[in-house]
Amino acid sequence: MKHSISLLLTAALMTLGLSSMAQKTASQGIDEYRAMLQDGNPADLFEAKGEGLWKQKRGPKNASLENCDLGKGPGVYKGVFVELPKYFADTGRVQDMESRLLTCMETLQGFNAAEIAKTPFGRGEQVNMTALATWLAAESKGMKFNLSQANQAEKTFYEVGKRLFFQRGGAHDFACASCHSEDGKRIRLQDLPNLTKNAGDGIGVAAWPAYRVSNGQMWGMQQRLNDCYRQQRFPYPGFASDATVALGVYLGVNSQGSASIAPAIKR
Amino acid sequence: MQTRRKTIQQSMVIAGLLATAGFPQFANAAFNKVGFDAKSIQDAVKAYGGGTVSESKDVTVTAPDIAENGAVVPLGASTTLTGVKHMLVLVEKNPSALIAMFHVSDAVDTNFLTRAKMGQSSDVYAVAIMADGKALFAKKEVKVTLGGCGG
Amino acid sequence: MADPMRIRAQAAGDKATVRVLMSHEMETGQRKDAAGKTVPAWFIQEVTATHNGKPVMSAEWGPGVSKNPFLQFAVKGAKAGDKIAITWKDNKGDTRTDEATVS
Repeated sequence: MKHSISLLLTAALMTLGLSSMAQKTASQGIDEYRAMLQDGNPADLFEAKGEGLWKQKRGPKNASLENCDLGKGPGVYKGVFVELPKYFADTGRVQDMESRLLTCMETLQGFNAAEIAKTPFGRGEQVNMTALATWLAAESKGMKFNLSQANQAEKTFYEVGKRLFFQRGGAHDFACASCHSEDGKRIRLQDLPNLTKNAGDGIGVAAWPAYRVSNGQMWGMQQRLNDCYRQQRFPYPGFASDATVALGVYLGVNSQGSASIAPAIKR
Repeated sequence: MQTRRKTIQQSMVIAGLLATAGFPQFANAAFNKVGFDAKSIQDAVKAYGGGTVSESKDVTVTAPDIAENGAVVPLGASTTLTGVKHMLVLVEKNPSALIAMFHVSDAVDTNFLTRAKMGQSSDVYAVAIMADGKALFAKKEVKVTLGGCGG
Repeated sequence: MADPMRIRAQAAGDKATVRVLMSHEMETGQRKDAAGKTVPAWFIQEVTATHNGKPVMSAEWGPGVSKNPFLQFAVKGAKAGDKIAITWKDNKGDTRTDEATVS
């Protein structure tokens, strides 16, 4: 409450042409703070780990992930992040990055995908999953989102994602749309992007995975969605579930043409 | 090459000796416990041989005006002065004020940047302790906000 | 064995700016976990740097330094091809050294 009042006052002062006398707005201060953190993003640590994991022979089959097909052919990792989620013929499913990593960890390395999906974030193989996701995102840094909607399944998932986005429920009767369907909204000092349309470079899907300074954790998109559902007082639909992938398609297609800044650094 | 095992074994030996001498926390002998336990800026400075602190335009503290989250606040200390022995970075209202102490040498610029945890909005200090014990500081207020939810 | 550091050293003029990211929890010893138990202090206490093997920087850190610490400093006279090594030691006696080449 205090902050919004000071922001309003500052805004008022500035429109009165007293901008040279008005203090820096809170928003400008936060922008400067964020800029100071850009150089030296701890996400780099996870990125380095992920690159190592891609090449390392692991799992019951003692194999690396170097033949994993993330949508551009076996072993291709550059540029795949900004084209996911998409339809994969070999599994007959639309999959996002973390879902596809599960497929490869199971088929190539012999891990149990269901077990990994049930593992809490930050434990066991989920730690490695996050590192891999961070590295893969880095390999698409700066590239523009370009999801395919050529396949019928992809089109269907877009519509499903859209329905899920607006579906209200839970103890607070919230939907994703409650926070993310209007321009210019914020909670305290956190801007809430309007995700029903293209919110611009580096916003929404273009900003995750991200390192969160508040808890010192690296979060992939799956964890970001998990936490949104927690805040909505909804149960989490499950790691790499169709529901989460469908949301990824809806958000990703809406972001067509936006540049990815992942892995980013965030509060 | 000193292996990790060897280092830990050596540290354990020293820790054991210090523990029996009544200093269980001095496992790492180079660590200035008094300095890092100090509650005030002046006490931390004293722990490194500094006298009464006085403000100086020749010392610069680098910090944002507002930190979106107190867990990671970029803080830097620099000076154009020569004859400096230590540069200290401190947060006045933290449970222990001292964040870091950098030895100054001819081999590096007297300009150090790190990131600190801040429990609340507070003045942050950069202190230069000279060879003769003179302690010069610069300070700046950093507001720490709590963000909302989400990204 | 702790995760490796990320070290970048860039030469410009008569010095090289070194930027380091270390992987470390930096627990203050004041935090309580979900069960209400105090999480023990676990933090880097000493950081040293060498330039082509010669010690050039040393620092003492307390638990007030952020998790996954960042450090930036400049080494005088360092040029492309030189080696910068960073070592940290924590309060449990654990240590880690990583090296980078100045670019």
